[in-house]
Amino acid sequence: MTPVTIEQVRKRAEADAQTYGYYLVPDPDLLQGLLEGLKINEDRYGYPSCPCRLASGNFDYDRDIICPCDYRDPDVAEFGACYCRLYVSKDVYEGKVPLPTVPERRPLEKQSRAFAPPAEAKPAAVEEKEEFVKVGPKLWYCKQCGYVVFRDDPPYVCPVCKAKREMFAQIKMRIDFLG
Amino acid sequence: MKAMQFSKVKGDKNQHKVVVYALSTCVWCKMTKQYLKDNGVEYEYIDVDLLNEEDKQKIRQEIQNKSGSLSYPTTIIDNKVVVTGFRKDLLKEALGI
Ligand code: SF4
Repeated sequence: MTPVTIEQVRKRAEADAQTYGYYLVPDPDLLQGLLEGLKINEDRYGYPSCPCRLASGNFDYDRDIICPCDYRDPDVAEFGACYCRLYVSKDVYEGKVPLPTVPERRPLEKQSRAFAPPAEAKPAAVEEKEEFVKVGPKLWYCKQCGYVVFRDDPPYVCPVCKAKREMFAQIKMRIDFLG
Repeated sequence: MKAMQFSKVKGDKNQHKVVVYALSTCVWCKMTKQYLKDNGVEYEYIDVDLLNEEDKQKIRQEIQNKSGSLSYPTTIIDNKVVVTGFRKDLLKEALGI
């Protein structure tokens, strides 16, 4: 894989901010530092996991903290910035309100997976299979607009119609073989 | 296997034991280190993302035993005051700077 450049990381973040109506943090040093962190993680893990969180290096465990992470939308909505403060609200961008401190929203049990000792990680082949059935990704649909997504938990906010997590319901499937 | 290494940064203000658990990728961790340094505070730090699995596990125990959270930076002062995140106000108060 060719390593990404800081410029590419910046462009991607800018485009994403624009699409979702966010802004990038105005302080140039802060912004540069955050983009560098994303670049290092992308070079290291193959995906831009959150620079302010410990990644496991296992894609399945880090899925929720790949930037923009699952927690960005609720954090910008509630606090005016994402956890790292890369993405901020308009008011923060314009300096009407100061850059907030944002508490970690990611559940501890998910954070802990980045620390799994080798002994626990090794028999993963067996464990993962079970996990896939019980707690693996599922199909969720937004009751408001019909958006469907396949992952462990429903999103905090529907990316299409912005409905809250509570509007998501799991799709139960049954396959019948006839004849 | 090599023992886990905390990096030490010398400073004139060495009356407290200050330990920073950091990530090498995290700008807020860098700012915390810089802030301590600028204020002449002696401290040690470890970049947890650069450790092997076994050491990560040890660090997790260590942080959680001192009732720190697993977010970064976590600064632990004299083994009892835990500061989560880059919080100048809290560091100032705890270190008297
Ligand atoms: S907290 Fe911000 S910078 Fe970190 S992954 Fe989420 S959106 Fe990206």
